[in-house]
Amino acid sequence: MRYSIWSIIKQGLRSNRDWKTAWRDPEPKASYDAVIIGGGGHGLATAYYLASEHGMTNIAVIEKGWIGGGNVGRNTTIIRSNYLLPGNEAFYELSLKLWEGLEQSINYNAMVSQRGIINLFHSDAQRDAAVRRGNSMILHGADATLLNQDDLRRMCPYLDFENARFPIMGGLMQKRGGSVRHDAVAWGYARAADLLGVDIIQNCEVTGFIMEAGKCVGVDTTRGKIRAKKTGVAVAGSTSRVMGKAGMRLPIESHVLQAFVSEGLKPIIPGVITYGAGHFYISQSDKGGLVFGGDIDGYNSYAQRGNLPVVEDVCEGGMALVPMIGKAKLLRMWGGIMDMSMDGSPFIDKTDIPGLYLNAGWCYGGFKATPGSGWCFAHLLATDTSHDVATAYRINRFQSGAALDEKGSGAQPNLH
Amino acid sequence: MIIPHPLLGPRDAAEFTYLGDTSLLMRPDPSAEAKPEKLMQAFHDYVHLRDNPTGVHKELWFHEQGDRSWLVVTRNISTHEIIAVELASDVKKASKGKSK
Repeated sequence: MRYSIWSIIKQGLRSNRDWKTAWRDPEPKASYDAVIIGGGGHGLATAYYLASEHGMTNIAVIEKGWIGGGNVGRNTTIIRSNYLLPGNEAFYELSLKLWEGLEQSINYNAMVSQRGIINLFHSDAQRDAAVRRGNSMILHGADATLLNQDDLRRMCPYLDFENARFPIMGGLMQKRGGSVRHDAVAWGYARAADLLGVDIIQNCEVTGFIMEAGKCVGVDTTRGKIRAKKTGVAVAGSTSRVMGKAGMRLPIESHVLQAFVSEGLKPIIPGVITYGAGHFYISQSDKGGLVFGGDIDGYNSYAQRGNLPVVEDVCEGGMALVPMIGKAKLLRMWGGIMDMSMDGSPFIDKTDIPGLYLNAGWCYGGFKATPGSGWCFAHLLATDTSHDVATAYRINRFQSGAALDEKGSGAQPNLH
Repeated sequence: MIIPHPLLGPRDAAEFTYLGDTSLLMRPDPSAEAKPEKLMQAFHDYVHLRDNPTGVHKELWFHEQGDRSWLVVTRNISTHEIIAVELASDVKKASKGKSK
């Protein structure tokens, strides 16, 4: 059923009794042209673009739990393409362009809202860095606007502009950035892929890879063997664990990142605001909750919950930037497990094992990359070549000296 | 998390900074490997690759806001339970005694 205003009215007049489930619940077939492990945003987007752009419809997405139950369900929903390095910016700009047309292409309301993102600066040096970043963005076809303090005072009068230690001088704004309803991204891609014939198999854990003559020819799962000409892995957070079953060691550590939502408040924060003098960012959801977060906890973890020192650090950042949020009550806080790579950038690449492909290492920035990641991973799976904007995301880039380190902090995941 | 420091007793984890897996104690020996490609590979693996297991993990913590000692903490990273804490210098000595 195609979703539209007319389908809502029609079903409304019939007491909503004819809505169908958004995707099937098929039994796994014995073999597919391609299998994607991981029913999160990236895996489902990959399946959708494989079917819609490359005509591969005999494919399956295999998910251990339920789709959208991992990091696509536990992020802070921000989209943007304000990167500095050429290897990154073209990719994220493609991703942002795909966000802009996403709802029409998958026929699903993902509440893509381009309400703008502002990175604040607090010193002359930070202003110079913001100008440089803005120019890099514009060179790659993205948009960037430099705001001075007066512009900001009009938009966000509640910021602590005269902070004695870190006065706010201005900000770099990307107006096309914003936020998206995260769960709807998983559901929308799942439904669109399912309509094109993709099997979405939930509650099916991969227990190993089927290897024949040094090639990967499918996966062992809790629901039996599934053979596949190509196997793509998109399981951020658990990448080392899954790829360990194929005997691979990766330049990845798993870390926990916490996020927070306040009680619902009247609209006050127009877009996304990030603090330049500490690690803190904030936006407001359509329901009114202030959505905010900061740094990763900084140690290996698979626990999906963090510790209090980082909660304190995030709240200090919030109070330094937006003192009024001290009045708001915290409603929820949670943690998600990040693939922290050694240079802070992701991998979309073939592996040394023929037939096995990897999409991983998204650090704390995977959500905004969802459409671009799916698009480029689908391209790689279908054509065996990297997409033009994802050529920097090679697994062997540390060996070749081509690390992609936006922060310049070296092979230390908790500093990215 | 509270880290039971072998010399100072229970300390708040916020006093420490985290480095990573204890494999970082086992720096490759440049004089032991003659072939440059193999040495490059060994250093690449040492600097960039990690086992990144679930469950029990041995890792290096630095007591930066304390006695500035390096500790080897054995921790269940699926539950954050701390199982054992030793001084990194003791661990390094013990491993040298074993391998060389």
